Amino acid sequence: MRWLRKNLVVIAGLLTLAYMILPNIVVMVFSFNKPNGRFNYSWQRFSLDAWKDPCGVADMCESLSLSLQLAAWATVGALVLGTMIAFALVRYRFRARGAINSLIFLPMAMPEVVMAASLLTLFLNMGIELGFWTVLIAHIMFCLSFVVTAVKARVMSMDPRLEEAARDLYAGPVQTFLRVTLPIAAPGIAAGALLAFALSFDDFIITNFNAGSTVTFPMFVWGSAQRGTPVQINVIGTAMFVLAVLMVVAGQIITNRRKKTATA
Amino acid sequence: MTDKTAHTGKNTGGGDVRLTGISKAYGSFTAVHPLDLTVPQGSFFALLGASGCGKTTTLRMIAGLEDPSTGTIFLGDKDVTDLPPYKRPVNTVFQSYALFPHMDISENIAFGLRRRGIKSVKKQVDDMLELVQLGDKARHKPHQLSGGQQQRVAVARALINHPQVLLLDEPLGALDLKLRRQMQLELKRIQTEVGITFVHVTHDQEEAMTMADQVAVMNGGRVEQLGAPADLYENPQTTFVANFLGTSNLIEAEVLETGSDVVVTAGGGKLRVPGDRCTSAVRQGGKVLVGVRPEKISLAHADDAGSIADGRNRVTGRIVDSSFIGVSTQYVVNSPAGAELQVYEQNIERDARLRPGAEVVLHWNPAHTFGLDAAQDIDAGVETVEDAG
Repeated sequence: MRWLRKNLVVIAGLLTLAYMILPNIVVMVFSFNKPNGRFNYSWQRFSLDAWKDPCGVADMCESLSLSLQLAAWATVGALVLGTMIAFALVRYRFRARGAINSLIFLPMAMPEVVMAASLLTLFLNMGIELGFWTVLIAHIMFCLSFVVTAVKARVMSMDPRLEEAARDLYAGPVQTFLRVTLPIAAPGIAAGALLAFALSFDDFIITNFNAGSTVTFPMFVWGSAQRGTPVQINVIGTAMFVLAVLMVVAGQIITNRRKKTATA
Repeated sequence: MTDKTAHTGKNTGGGDVRLTGISKAYGSFTAVHPLDLTVPQGSFFALLGASGCGKTTTLRMIAGLEDPSTGTIFLGDKDVTDLPPYKRPVNTVFQSYALFPHMDISENIAFGLRRRGIKSVKKQVDDMLELVQLGDKARHKPHQLSGGQQQRVAVARALINHPQVLLLDEPLGALDLKLRRQMQLELKRIQTEVGITFVHVTHDQEEAMTMADQVAVMNGGRVEQLGAPADLYENPQTTFVANFLGTSNLIEAEVLETGSDVVVTAGGGKLRVPGDRCTSAVRQGGKVLVGVRPEKISLAHADDAGSIADGRNRVTGRIVDSSFIGVSTQYVVNSPAGAELQVYEQNIERDARLRPGAEVVLHWNPAHTFGLDAAQDIDAGVETVEDAG
């Protein structure tokens, strides 16, 4: 009893962790499955077939490449616009600043399916052909809120004296931005970029409404799930998961090392 | 890009800093009323005042971080009013130090040199680190240093550029008292060593008096008085200066006689004030504020009143409070002439009878008395001292 009381927090933590990680483990395990038939839903036997031939399924790798490109461009677009908006909102007082401050959260708050449908209506009414560009525009739009939020938090905690100090020390406006403002805002911008990339990469609803005949990776998975799930989907899923974990671990190691030299 | 003198590695001297008719208004609020100020080259100049008196705004206008609403700023013969901060041969030490958190100490210090395209900065950076005694901290990040060390980095980062003027915005405000005293001496040493004009903004009157050659006391966006610390202390021209710099006993009095010695009456007693130490014209029957510093006053028990030398100003009263603070004892005396007069007595031969409740005579040399215009607020500058602390 006493032991339980002492370790309750740890146990609760481990259980929560398991709850979060279990789906990923299942995906991972089933990427080594050799299913009978088209559906990869029950464990049969261990196999490396899918890992040896990840692009063995027709059109899957094309959709994956498209999704990666979309995510990359959406991230870049949202980053440039979002960073500028964040700086404007924190640094300058202008008319409708308050309104913009709340409107920027609209894409976050609005049900995605509503947003998707209204975007489709808009595109159709404007006579824009659905495809890569409409999806990209939609992705940049909803990623923007997240980038603005992440960057704004960072910029708000920034001491404006730092930029004054830079200007005082002979840095012109451009130099001040590149040497002082940007490096200090970088963690916020990086956080925004990661969010934007992840959100764009696995968005399904808005993409599905506005993609026309273009097929992104989430759309491919959804489509194939109707007819059977190739193991390769699990392979891609596992690969993405491992990549993300590696990035997080690498980030942790870097910050830890920095802290260590800091205390040394 | 800039006409720095730094390339020669020596401050060749650009002359005085001259502000003419400088003012700053934010909308309807005037932070600084038009003021003229000359900071002599090579001097340690302090702008002293309570928060909100316009001293920092004045400093920021010299730095170029704030555009003056009117007036011109000269560095030597050069009009720099319209130059952006990065083109002015002036550097600032900020109150929060504003060290770049993503750079190490030597990168911070080298920042100004690098921005002006100077490639080999190692030697100069090392020299600077030596000057501020932080040679072993070159590769540390700012947040790894203590407040005092960060402060010295901020000074080094500005000084390495050999500016014509170094501006210091409450640079010691964030330090604890002991470190502050230490850094005051340190800054004074550095200033003497490099010979650059320092303009130092502070709300701490002791700091201003310890460090500066010249002090401008500011209040409500105006310069109340300008002068050497001792001069300001001995000859305050306004009640604000009298109260803000140290402590003054101000007694409201009526003028009986004018002349080389002005004779006044307060609370039934007569006091004499040297005529040339009265700031405003005095006339018979008019009012004047008579001032005397607490340490100039001697305290005698009422029983010994007869032994007080003739010709000294005297005020009778009763001790209401006394506090022993080591080198001296501070008494508060109520008298008909004025309530709560302050007296600082050296603890040489302590008179045991001088306790709260004792009847006493306060006496001092009339030469130490000054007269101020009675039309002013007698308590100006009193509370602001406490606010600022």
